[in-house]
Amino acid sequence: MARSKTQAWASQRVFRYHEKLIQSVLFLCAALSVLTTAAIIMVLLGNAVYAPGEKKAFFEQVSLWQFLTGTHWKPVDGPAGRFGMIPLFSGTFMVALIASVVSVPLGLGAAIYMSEYAAPREREFLKPILEVLAGIPSVIYGFFALKFITPWILKPALGLVGLELGTFNTLSAGIVVGIMVTPLIASLSEDVIRSVPRSLREAAYALGSTRFDVSARVVVPAALSGILAAFLLAFSRAIGETMAVVIAGGQQPIATLNPLRGAQTMTSFMVHASTGDSAADSISRMSIYAIGIALFVITLTINLISGWILRRFREVYQ
Amino acid sequence: MSIPNTAAMPTVSFISGADGRIRRRLLMSRVFAWTCRFATYSALAVLIVLLVAIVYSSVGRLSPDFVTNTNSTNPVKAGMLAGLWGSFWLILFTSLFSVPVGVGSAVYLEEIAKENFLVRIIKVNLANLAGVPSIVYGILGYTVFRTSAATLSIWFDGNHAFGVLGLFRVRLAKLPIYEDNILVGALTLTLVILPTVIAASQEALRSVPSSIRVASLALGATRWQTIWRQVIPAALPGISTGVILSTSRAIGEAAPLIMLGALSYTTMCPGNIDSPVKLLTRPTQVLHAPLDQFTAMPIEIYDWSKQPKPEFTEVAASGIVVLLVVLLAINSLAMIVRHYASRRLKW
Repeated sequence: MARSKTQAWASQRVFRYHEKLIQSVLFLCAALSVLTTAAIIMVLLGNAVYAPGEKKAFFEQVSLWQFLTGTHWKPVDGPAGRFGMIPLFSGTFMVALIASVVSVPLGLGAAIYMSEYAAPREREFLKPILEVLAGIPSVIYGFFALKFITPWILKPALGLVGLELGTFNTLSAGIVVGIMVTPLIASLSEDVIRSVPRSLREAAYALGSTRFDVSARVVVPAALSGILAAFLLAFSRAIGETMAVVIAGGQQPIATLNPLRGAQTMTSFMVHASTGDSAADSISRMSIYAIGIALFVITLTINLISGWILRRFREVYQ
Repeated sequence: MSIPNTAAMPTVSFISGADGRIRRRLLMSRVFAWTCRFATYSALAVLIVLLVAIVYSSVGRLSPDFVTNTNSTNPVKAGMLAGLWGSFWLILFTSLFSVPVGVGSAVYLEEIAKENFLVRIIKVNLANLAGVPSIVYGILGYTVFRTSAATLSIWFDGNHAFGVLGLFRVRLAKLPIYEDNILVGALTLTLVILPTVIAASQEALRSVPSSIRVASLALGATRWQTIWRQVIPAALPGISTGVILSTSRAIGEAAPLIMLGALSYTTMCPGNIDSPVKLLTRPTQVLHAPLDQFTAMPIEIYDWSKQPKPEFTEVAASGIVVLLVVLLAINSLAMIVRHYASRRLKW
């Protein structure tokens, strides 16, 4: 009797150690994500800001002021190199802006339609379509922009007005990026619009509002901060979008606001530079890390603002 | 735009002048409804135009030999075999890495962790990682994984030996390790999809009713026994759907892989395995494959899209059709899993 009792205790203790071990392993899995962030920051800083050893980091050779305000981007080694990120910055924002012009009305319209108008059956049919649109790889959108939208839609349309369109242009790249982020805006805004309490809608209907009044004057204003958060998230996604822009937007780092010409974005520069064959510690290679930091900081900032707005919105209604 | 149907409209005329105003407001309402409907259905229209345009451009090149040839500078001979095999190996290892870590993290965060400072940091950090552009992971992969692989390839070039405790020397075998190998690519893709895998698994775990946990604990099961034998099996359909969908995202991902190096110039299948039969009959080549150079489907499509020769448009379009078919197959698999699981499990 006594013996079996000690045995039970022993086995329980084994269990307890066993469980502790498993829990620590699972904790390590979860902590890996923090390690990933730390690694990203270390790698970017370690090559752009301060490099240990004899390697010289990017900002040890180019001043931050020069990098942020320079209007020429010519990433070559030697004295001819110019590292001002304004051209890449303007290219990136052109694409993201065009993408917003396309995706904001489409995404918001779709969100309002699906939450306020569509019957459940119709919604069940529309949601997967938007999911498919979001699931198509970026390379495919790039091909679509370069080989279809530019030559078959934009060129004839702009030709009628007498405008010249380059083979590579930010307009087509922006349009496809807009199509890519539309589902994101639609689904996030729809969630937000749905969480607006019914009582607000019912009160408005009771006062004799039409559906338009309810949607545009009651529900959307009530959900506005959440919708804004969705727009911001889509904007940051558009800034980080790579393959579509690389394929359709061209590779000339020119500071231009003309969407009919090609321009290089931060992401397409990174792809372009990594396919080149410069030495690993050359400044042209290091510039990838500097642009990487800029991209990381910009997208992270926008995401954090968006998350903060969304949390405040939830506090109001939930 | 449809003209408002006056017969169906309420005629409110007890206030003079209100009739016209109400009619205007109802018209406005309809215009708005049609605008929103137009916005929604334009998504469907874009999808159809995209698919038609791509399938139309692929006609003339898409043939069985497109999936049996490897890449070539001649557009008539260029095929996607190497990309298909490259993507296969990549996805195999990406899932092998991301599933245990992703599900493990989700189990920790949902089932074990108490709300404390560290856990909050992990959660906030995961939310932010999901928003990091995938190309940034490419930089990380290039700097950390590729450099490690380069170091390993020097150690294993057949000329390196290490003294062990001054007693004897161990000569490292000669292993063909490439800098930009499958494992480097798979590790990079794992980091890209990990936040998605974790979020999907958390969602699945959350949908398991707590009565199951309570019942299991009440019967004397330990916490881990409860998780392993009750919670995870119950959440498995949701977890596998999420994992399959994230994997399909990894298949189409090109940017982080391009950052790893000049992958598009590879025309060989990893480990020289170019047919499923060889997976069984050539064990040494199978072992070499993970450390071999590779190319992947989206990279080949990118490569063909930027070729100046117009014939490559057809080749790129054919590549896209193959990629879309693969994605469709994977997504159908996810749907089948969801369907069968929802039929079996009900609470």
